[in-house]
Amino acid sequence: MSTSNVNLGLTNVGPETHPLTWRYTQAGKAVTEIAEYEALEGYSALRKVFTSQQPADVQAEVKNANLRGRGGAGFPAGIKWSLIPMGPDAGQKYLVCNADEMEPGTFKDRFLMESLPHQLVEAMIVTAYAIGATKAYIFLRGEYLLAAERLNAAIAQAKTAGYLGDNILGSGFDLDLVVHTGAGRYICGEETALINSLEGRRANPRTKPPFPQLAGAWGRPTIVNNVETLCNVPPIMLRGADWFKGLSQGKSPDAGTKMYGISGKAKITGLWELPIGTSCRELLYTHGGGMADGLELMCWLPGGASTDFLMPEHLDLPMDYDTIMKAGSRMGTALIMVVDNQQNIVSVVRNLEQFFARESCGWCTPCRDGLPWTVKILQSIEAGEGEAGDIETLQQLTRFLGIGKTFCAHAPGAMEPLQSALKFFPGEFEKGIQA
Amino acid sequence: MLTANTPYSSLIATEKGQPFLLTAEEREAIEHAMHHYADPRAASIDALKIVQHNHRWVPDGAIHAIAEVLGISAADLEGVATFYNRIYRQPVGRHVIAVCDSIGCFLTGFDELYAALQTKLGIKPGQTTADDRFTLLPVVCLGACDRSPVLMVNDATHFNVTPANIEQVLEQYP
Repeated sequence: MSTSNVNLGLTNVGPETHPLTWRYTQAGKAVTEIAEYEALEGYSALRKVFTSQQPADVQAEVKNANLRGRGGAGFPAGIKWSLIPMGPDAGQKYLVCNADEMEPGTFKDRFLMESLPHQLVEAMIVTAYAIGATKAYIFLRGEYLLAAERLNAAIAQAKTAGYLGDNILGSGFDLDLVVHTGAGRYICGEETALINSLEGRRANPRTKPPFPQLAGAWGRPTIVNNVETLCNVPPIMLRGADWFKGLSQGKSPDAGTKMYGISGKAKITGLWELPIGTSCRELLYTHGGGMADGLELMCWLPGGASTDFLMPEHLDLPMDYDTIMKAGSRMGTALIMVVDNQQNIVSVVRNLEQFFARESCGWCTPCRDGLPWTVKILQSIEAGEGEAGDIETLQQLTRFLGIGKTFCAHAPGAMEPLQSALKFFPGEFEKGIQA
Repeated sequence: MLTANTPYSSLIATEKGQPFLLTAEEREAIEHAMHHYADPRAASIDALKIVQHNHRWVPDGAIHAIAEVLGISAADLEGVATFYNRIYRQPVGRHVIAVCDSIGCFLTGFDELYAALQTKLGIKPGQTTADDRFTLLPVVCLGACDRSPVLMVNDATHFNVTPANIEQVLEQYP
């Protein structure tokens, strides 16, 4: 089985600078055995926390570290955790890892789970302790079979080592960790749809409020965090919030490193763990070697199908949450996809909207009916058979399917690439309208 | 012979006209999965996968049989089974090819690959070859865009698949 290029060309990859990937780079292979992982500082954060810290200490450290959600939304993890009820009367609580990686263009969580399964297991144990959850699930997409196998093996080894189960390291804290595998559907990555799916229901999103922190899985307080977000927790506990904040090297007010990636027709595609706020130019041209021979960059998606296109003029922006937002897009998962000048942008957008139309859960009308309508119009423009008024209809759809008009963020996400393509490439759409 | 205790599921004929009964192993696996959750219905997807693993797909009778074990209605379970695209409620071939049609693969040759597969197999997406060997389906991004185009055959993921090397992939699945 082949693996992604990871940290290709980077030198001095160590725990102080590359907390998420250094073990893989140092070992030169996946670190699946608990002994190998322990030899590389593995479970030392857990030991430190369980022997010297209270749950409130962990929450405070993560909050101070300004760890923002790596699943795409960028919500501060520490704030999310602080909303969960604590204390002896809080009752059953759950921790759920969102490992339903399906955002087109995103392949970082696959790497983290296949190559460093113990890292996620340790992260979940520490996080469960911090929020007082005695039951935790990894909601893993069904197609990630190797990740499932390695995570289950890691969980079994951690149990044997006394890191999981009852009275972990004599702390009096119990935790049961289960890998739950899905059976498809992109919408499962939406936090509340994921909870419905975990409960064995159709993955329709739920109304918020109540937020999952108060009423999530089986109506109990639940924290849902992305794989990469969780994997940052042990290093924060080991080296401290100040160290974590310094990882961005002044490139961004955000803290930590970020798993960045490149796909599309670049010379080198793969994953790099870099300071958060690294520019897309550095990512694409220093690490990715630029576009493939003979191709030029037309535009790029900063972090998945549900992010607005950005242009070559945006290449120097630091890739962090607020900067990319100000530029009119979202950093999303931060795995960029480059669109080359030989692509037809109308076809590219049509493919994106077909994806969203098929993956709509069908719960609310604007999404269920608006997305197939969008696809139909795009197909006719692509075929050169667009009619007068089609572009105006598409523009209207970007508003009618926008934020606040639908039950969840699926349709608004679908409108992001469409609205930005209409903005940057109006002529390409007009070419498809019959005179 | 019908008695008051006859499971309802056994009255539902499968496609071959035989009633569907879960094997002891299937029932045990489903009950094991149920223990992971606060509510047995959370094992719905696990249970559907357990049956599908043995039968390639989930026959009508299995919906009733599984629902009985989980203690939910068959209609409820059918709602779950038909929601998730990796649960098959129609017969499929010995090998299911799931081709990623999301944007990463689209930019790097999905159209050509999909067309080549359809020509080679003589079927359209959603169909099964006459010899029952392959079913062809589209699937969302498989999370390997750096090695695209990507497809899965059964449980195995294949990277950098092109019309030129597709035959080498297919011949691994007799």
